[in-house]
Amino acid sequence: MLRITGGTVYDPANGVDGAVHDLYIADGRIVEASAMAEGARTIDATGMIVMPGGVDVHTHVAGGALNFARGLVPENQRAARKFLHHGDRRAGLGGMTPTTFATGYLYAGMGWTTVNEAAVPVLSARHTHEELHDIPLVDKTSLVLMANNEFVLDLLEAGEVERARHVVSWLVWAAKAYGIKAVNPGGVEAWKWGKNANTLHAPIEGYKTVTPAMIIEGLATIADDLHLPHPVHLHCNNLGVPGNFATTIETMNVLQGHRAHLAHLQFHAYGGDDWTTMRSESARVADAFAANPNLTADAGAVLFGDAVTITADGPWQHLLYQLTGRKWGNLDVENETGCGIVPYVYRDRNLVNAVQWAVGLELLLLIDDPWRIFLTTDHPNGGCFWRYPEIIHMLMNAEFRREQVQQLPEKARQRILLADLNREYTLAEVAIITSAGPARSLGLTRKGHLGVGADADVTIYPTRPDHGFLFSYPRYVIKGGAIVVEEGDVREVVDGKEFIVRPACDETIEDYIRPLFEKVYTMSFANYPVEIERLRNPEVVTPDAQ
Amino acid sequence: MLTLTLNEIPSVPLEAEVLSPDILAPLTIEAIRALPVHLGKRERRLDDFFTVDGEPGDEIELRGDLARVKWIGRAMTHGTLRIRGNAGMHLASAMQGGTVDVFGNAGDWLGAEMSGGVVHVRGDAGGQVGAAYRGAPTGMRDGLIVIDGGAGLEVGMRMQRGTIVVGGPVRDFAGLQMKGGTIVLGQGAELRTGAWMNRGTIISLQPIPLLPTFSYAATYNPTFLRLYARRLATFGCTLPYDERHGSYQRYTGDAAVPGRGEILVWRANR
Repeated sequence: MLRITGGTVYDPANGVDGAVHDLYIADGRIVEASAMAEGARTIDATGMIVMPGGVDVHTHVAGGALNFARGLVPENQRAARKFLHHGDRRAGLGGMTPTTFATGYLYAGMGWTTVNEAAVPVLSARHTHEELHDIPLVDKTSLVLMANNEFVLDLLEAGEVERARHVVSWLVWAAKAYGIKAVNPGGVEAWKWGKNANTLHAPIEGYKTVTPAMIIEGLATIADDLHLPHPVHLHCNNLGVPGNFATTIETMNVLQGHRAHLAHLQFHAYGGDDWTTMRSESARVADAFAANPNLTADAGAVLFGDAVTITADGPWQHLLYQLTGRKWGNLDVENETGCGIVPYVYRDRNLVNAVQWAVGLELLLLIDDPWRIFLTTDHPNGGCFWRYPEIIHMLMNAEFRREQVQQLPEKARQRILLADLNREYTLAEVAIITSAGPARSLGLTRKGHLGVGADADVTIYPTRPDHGFLFSYPRYVIKGGAIVVEEGDVREVVDGKEFIVRPACDETIEDYIRPLFEKVYTMSFANYPVEIERLRNPEVVTPDAQ
Repeated sequence: MLTLTLNEIPSVPLEAEVLSPDILAPLTIEAIRALPVHLGKRERRLDDFFTVDGEPGDEIELRGDLARVKWIGRAMTHGTLRIRGNAGMHLASAMQGGTVDVFGNAGDWLGAEMSGGVVHVRGDAGGQVGAAYRGAPTGMRDGLIVIDGGAGLEVGMRMQRGTIVVGGPVRDFAGLQMKGGTIVLGQGAELRTGAWMNRGTIISLQPIPLLPTFSYAATYNPTFLRLYARRLATFGCTLPYDERHGSYQRYTGDAAVPGRGEILVWRANR
């Protein structure tokens, strides 16, 4: 049991905006004062800021693609921060693609207590869960890749939407996932033919009628019909391409009437015709987004410096490789998806990178409703998650932002809006975009708030004059009621939970999937679904019960 | 002069990056003896393995068979390191200046990613001399490595500047993905010399097997070799340049990249 007294509490989900009140924790949950017994430890948080633990709605911290990336950049590992074996803390490396245990220490060390691994093929789900288990101190969810799965696409081609829903449902449970991810719908499938899917309404390579729009709408409908707590999580077509804002807005039109989450919106809000004319179209994207209240999004902001781009979007990664001429990794994940890895450096002297940097911040500032846009860097694509405090500082300080803009080349400054934006985030708004908002979007009802019954994931920051950076060093981080970080140091290592969803499913669908699978896959069907016993700390969510 | 004598060959490799003039010169003998080294995963004191004598300064002599002592002279910027015996892997790795003299053999990754200074090995060296570490884009950036004996695989891999001279035989992939600089092969090399090279010069004093992606360009006697020959003569190396004695056949490649590197193969007059 634990008391937190005297802190200034920011709990936007419960309408608490900087009020001083005490919190009580028992059995890993927030409880009423009356539920406390005598003798509980008390943390005196007077003069400190108390917030619900951060929730990362879109990150890549485990699985085959990330491991491939780790192997591809040994030179980054060499320069990475080292974590030495100490007590019950394991050795590891920080850097661009932190190792599993270090990932947990770094997230918790910053006050984040829940993360969503945003791209898992069913085929590597077992490995992903093994790695997720080895990320301590944070709770986890994962999303399974579905928009280029040939079973699903074939059923859409045949018009069998009902059966497609059962297949999706079966695959979500087979992967022990929490929701559905759609990456470059149809594009990764077309990549297997050396093509991409650049327009939403043209049939994709290898199919007569299936278009990206049909896949997007189909999966959004399925996610709604299955009552998944998190809607379809969409990486739109034409990521990173100048002029792609039109595709993004068209995607929003396709999604009308459905819930959806648009991932890393920054990479989808560019104007211009080519790399030399690329400019920010954040205003038009933000306007269209505001008009579609069915949607949420995360920023996918870019920070200058080293990054490693990892995505299922194979064709885009090939293009990026041709632009950088450095390294490129490409994987074909059988009938499900693809994967590409390209190490990348975002440079402030580079016109394209400068526009990308600005667009991420512009979207966070132009989208007025903080409950719909969340802080991410699409780690490690736009920058590492451990650099979030840098972004928060820029969101909270317009003057600082303008100084940064002055460092950019004149050519870049003409193509962005950032210097004209005066909005400064309040601490309550920061609490929304880092915790309350993403928790609500993920449908994690016990996360992102500090009301009675919530999981006791609490972060306590000391106030600092340069307030954005206060998020770098929490004074205390409490995870499930345990004080895991104290004065910037991991004090206790606890395992996190994995939230998984079991959607309603016609069990006989397995009779449909099995013969198809045995015909085209290279592994045996019995080894395909992840057994629930593989997960060491699962919490199963049954959507119909909600 | 400071002397460190290895008492006995360690059972597992000893990581001793403190063996550098930059670290040793400003310290007292007592402080030097207490410096940390790693035997496997255990941290130990330097004098658990070495007898330390003499005056601390920029001139250091290591004695004994140090073939299992790694990272000697790591990132050193000045001074002289003389090794009377063999040296282990990563000798003079990331070296920036000064001199390393080995009167014995050196291990793999000799002078890897170095950016200045001179390394002279009287015996043989291992593989990856002056190379980039795995994954890194750039190997040796400047400096000179002279090996009187032979060397192993991937000599000068991804090097950007500087010179590597190997008197004896060299194994496969010399100058792999080379980006600049010069490699002199006194007795040629085995297979795939200059594979993926972009720029830079490989000079072989013996005929060598060439990849089909290198094409013959000319037979000539480049003027710059006179300068190289004069410099290398101070290390006891002979680099022929005189047209009365022979000439070089120039091959360009690697066309598979495509690159603009060159391989010069000496052909003596009959």
